[in-house]
Amino acid sequence: MADKIATREAYGSALVELADKYDFVVLDADLAEATKTVKFKKAHPERFFDCGIAEGNMISVAAGFAAAGKMAFASSFAMFAAGRAFEQVRNSIGYPHLNVKIGATHAGITVGEDGATHQCLEDIALMRTIPGMTIINPSDAVEARAAVEAAMQFNGPCYMRFGRAAIEVFNDNPDYKFELGRGVTLREGKDVTLVATGYMVPLARQAAETLAAEGIDARVINIHTIKPIDKDIIIKAASETGAIVTAEEHNVIGGLGGAVSEVVCEACPVPVIRVGVEDKFGKSGKVAPLLEEYGLTAENIVAKAKAAIALKK
Amino acid sequence: MEISKMRELEKIAAKIRLGVIESTYAAQSGHPGGSLSISDILAYLYFEEMNVYPDDPKNEARDRLVLSKGHTAPALYSALAVKGFFPFEELKTLRQADSRLQGHPDMKGIPGVDMTTGSLGLGISAACGMALAAKVDNKDYRVYAIVGDGESEEGQVWEASMFANHYKLDNLCVILDYNKLQIDGAVADVIGPAPFEPKLEAFGYNVITIDGHNFDEIEAAFKAARECNGRPTAIVANTVKGKGVSFMENKVNWHGAAPKDADYAIAIQEISANL
Repeated sequence: MADKIATREAYGSALVELADKYDFVVLDADLAEATKTVKFKKAHPERFFDCGIAEGNMISVAAGFAAAGKMAFASSFAMFAAGRAFEQVRNSIGYPHLNVKIGATHAGITVGEDGATHQCLEDIALMRTIPGMTIINPSDAVEARAAVEAAMQFNGPCYMRFGRAAIEVFNDNPDYKFELGRGVTLREGKDVTLVATGYMVPLARQAAETLAAEGIDARVINIHTIKPIDKDIIIKAASETGAIVTAEEHNVIGGLGGAVSEVVCEACPVPVIRVGVEDKFGKSGKVAPLLEEYGLTAENIVAKAKAAIALKK
Repeated sequence: MEISKMRELEKIAAKIRLGVIESTYAAQSGHPGGSLSISDILAYLYFEEMNVYPDDPKNEARDRLVLSKGHTAPALYSALAVKGFFPFEELKTLRQADSRLQGHPDMKGIPGVDMTTGSLGLGISAACGMALAAKVDNKDYRVYAIVGDGESEEGQVWEASMFANHYKLDNLCVILDYNKLQIDGAVADVIGPAPFEPKLEAFGYNVITIDGHNFDEIEAAFKAARECNGRPTAIVANTVKGKGVSFMENKVNWHGAAPKDADYAIAIQEISANL
């Protein structure tokens, strides 16, 4: 079995690794140990600024850095970066389209024991509504590292979503290449397409294997860039496979499922069933039972894939 | 201050006020009261204090101004126009759909606007970011943030103040426009953030209280701010909302109401007497 690394770990390491190549500062809001920006803090203390527990201020300070010509990374938990500071993100960063990269960690239900107040299940939805915001939700440590560099290579706001839990690294093939805004077909298939993002990508692959054993040929697409979304790959999948299941560690409202549905409805209507947290708050618990309880499992993707196929005309 | 210099600044301030009235009258919308209260301070900032480059608005060496109380954009736009960033006549396009002069400052479209503001409390934080960016890159530009007294009710103003003092941003000067009125009435009646000085001092600022319409005091305050090392300065500027237009002075209803025809004529007449 491959190594398990949390995407937040990859985020912190990437900041350190890329520190000499790109000119940026890193801000955090008293969560550096958890967001892993602590790695950058130790390596480059002169470029790291703790803002204390004041996320709104941090986001607007980051905007000030960017307005002065310096790229800024601002980190906190997704709940506070996208949730608490939504209006600062919109007005200080989004509207003036400033070069701020938001490194949001502890997204989704896999936060685990901390429970509902810290399990952000709506950040993708919130960030998607901001014009010009790029949203990246990497599926493993390799993709996370690549996403951080991709974010550094363009001038504009970017929301990067990282998880708390250590997860399998599967993008470790030598010719791995990250292309911002491009979905990745991980498995070809003709009966149904499983469109997954972040933590759910390996589960979608697993679901495809189960489906294959039952004679169902499922395509698997990894959408790491949720905005701008890769319309072409989705429309192609809709027209070629005729049914789609989305899978995300997020509310089914407004996230990947919403984004895919919008594309499909407008361009190539086919059944879309969304796997995600079904408009509920999270709760405390170990990751595994939580995933089970909220339906974020390969089994549920399999069931929804069959349901989507049954809806095909 | 020499009489001639003061007279010159008074004329500039009058021109700024003229622009406030012309623009809000043309728009039949906007916020004249709090624009008029900061007109003298803006006159001093743009014509004495700040290094700015109207022909090269984004010059990296420029001093920055963040109008955190962004709704008083008419005063900022007017000061920029008087300084030569864009034609004075353009002020009459304020808030129109085909104009770049947005209802609140927009750094993307308007020459001389250093930060997009409007949502209260956010601008002072951005000013902190700019000031710290200067420190990180060893640049010697200064950053000025104009904050409203009502705006200080936003918690983020104090988050930013903690930040500014923690990082010893002595290249930051916060100007608190203490005009005593906000939309719902007297600041003291709405929620009462005053007294400001002890709060600002407790946060670590070098606090200077002035009459925000007295150029001698304005000059002395900015000079003291420049000379202060190791901590940011907060200037508490006691001002009059609606200053310079008799019927607008100290009247809360002129916070966000534009002058009608008769008001306009009187306002222009009163302001023109100082031109």
